[in-house]
Amino acid sequence: MSPVWVELSYLIVIVLFIMGLKGLTHPRTAVRGNLTGALAMLLACVFTLLGTELFDWTLIAVGVGVGALAGGILAVTIQMTAMPQLVALFNGFGGLASVFVAGAYLAKLLSSAGASNLGADLLVATAASGLIGGVTFTGSLVAFAKLQELKFIKDVRFPGQQALNAGLFLACVVLALLIVRQPGHANLYYWLMVMVSLVLGVFLVISIGGADMPVVIALLNSYSGLAAAATGFVLSNVLLIVAGSLVGASGLILTKIMCVAMNRSLTNVLFAKLQPAKGSGPSADEVYANVKATSPEEVAMLLDVAGRVVIVPGYGMAVAQAQHAVKDLTNYLREKGVTVEFGIHPVAGRMPGHMNVLLAEADIPYDLLIEMDQINPTFEQTDVVIVVGANDVVNPVAQTDPNSPIAGMPILEVHKARTVVNIKRSLSPGFAGIPNPLFAADNSLMLYADARQALIDILKALREG
Amino acid sequence: MTLTALCLLATETAEATGGPSMQLALLLTVFVLAVFVGFEVITKIPPTLHTPLMSGSNAISGITLVGALLSALAGDPTMVKILGTLAVILATMNVVGGFLVTHRMLGMFRKKD
Repeated sequence: MSPVWVELSYLIVIVLFIMGLKGLTHPRTAVRGNLTGALAMLLACVFTLLGTELFDWTLIAVGVGVGALAGGILAVTIQMTAMPQLVALFNGFGGLASVFVAGAYLAKLLSSAGASNLGADLLVATAASGLIGGVTFTGSLVAFAKLQELKFIKDVRFPGQQALNAGLFLACVVLALLIVRQPGHANLYYWLMVMVSLVLGVFLVISIGGADMPVVIALLNSYSGLAAAATGFVLSNVLLIVAGSLVGASGLILTKIMCVAMNRSLTNVLFAKLQPAKGSGPSADEVYANVKATSPEEVAMLLDVAGRVVIVPGYGMAVAQAQHAVKDLTNYLREKGVTVEFGIHPVAGRMPGHMNVLLAEADIPYDLLIEMDQINPTFEQTDVVIVVGANDVVNPVAQTDPNSPIAGMPILEVHKARTVVNIKRSLSPGFAGIPNPLFAADNSLMLYADARQALIDILKALREG
Repeated sequence: MTLTALCLLATETAEATGGPSMQLALLLTVFVLAVFVGFEVITKIPPTLHTPLMSGSNAISGITLVGALLSALAGDPTMVKILGTLAVILATMNVVGGFLVTHRMLGMFRKKD
């Protein structure tokens, strides 16, 4: 195919990408949307390969073969609890691919066209591609390590961190300038800049706490799109620019949704300003003076006479692999005529929508999963709320103490229910690191146990009683 | 500070070339319009689909694969070929893994209907 026809066929691909993305935003069309996107990607590759005859087919076969095999195995074997890590990892790969493509193209042009023929447009685009791609790569790796809870990674915060980040960013800009001004040494400056951007990516994400991971993943998702778009500018390829900016936009929208759900601004998350207000707020010992412990049998008795039950799952449920135990209890109660619904906080889990995926995996019908705004008014008519491994998202302090680090964060108002049962291993604090007065409230009971075992025991007690 | 740096970069660029090219202007137009299309297409999205949208759009960002395919042509220097092949591997992982895992996830939502 001649270049014109390749460009025109890219237009079909672009339309398919837009339709695919549109499909992904509605439950009924989501599967078709995803397949449309995959088809578009396949066509994009086919049209590209038809465009010239100069390909080194061995290299391409090896590259595609290895990549498809590795990606396929990861996708098929991954546990749903580990989805956030996988998305972070894939983001990182996309970012690094952009770094390599821009680097390869630069090296190629330098050796064929010569330094003096390289336009500044192209050099700036190359620098942007390397910078965004590099930050995306190491940022995603750090996010991956945090989500995987690898031991060596910690939330690192030190004085002057933001000055350091600013310095690193400026160093990248200076190196980008050098690429433009001295194209003869562009290769050297490009890889130096990539090195600095890799360090910058690490420091940007390493200070961000676990509770903010949904925001970080969404933002890195956006970056990986922007990196692809920047690569599109390097290659003057409209397809890369459009697909990359579509992803960039969708990532930004999700980032915004997550920030709203936590009542935090994006800068606030990025610069890790969440710190427990010193001095203010009661200590854990004061808050937890009157905590009442309970047993599975007692919970079973409560459930036996309940008309309406709401289950609030948190990431603790996923860690304990308790989804299936939750489903069994739900089915039992529903067969008895009890209304059971799930209250899902927008940032429950470790990435946007994570809790919905986990519950869907356990075959819990998704019309039982109710969003925060809809479920909150119903808590006053709810007999029993079972909080499974959630903490900060049900902490009433967010509404009562303006000095609290989570002040203003929208919460599930479970404390308004008649009885709240908290299934938790201990009274240890959640991500925000503050005590939760809900656990000591008059209508609140603590069931100290592994979430899965606790739910199995409750169900057993129900069946026997 | 960031803004100053970017302005500086833009000025330097303009000096080096005598202004941006026509092609750059066109590509920038396409870029900005596509961002707006992205915002419009994904306005209202139910929380159930947040994770699949993210992994699906993540797979689309593997479009770098097209760039990777174009970067390692026959007769290029070895260095370029190595970089190109690495890019093809990484981008293919992103694409294949991304679409596959999204499909797997959506299958879980579907079977209750």
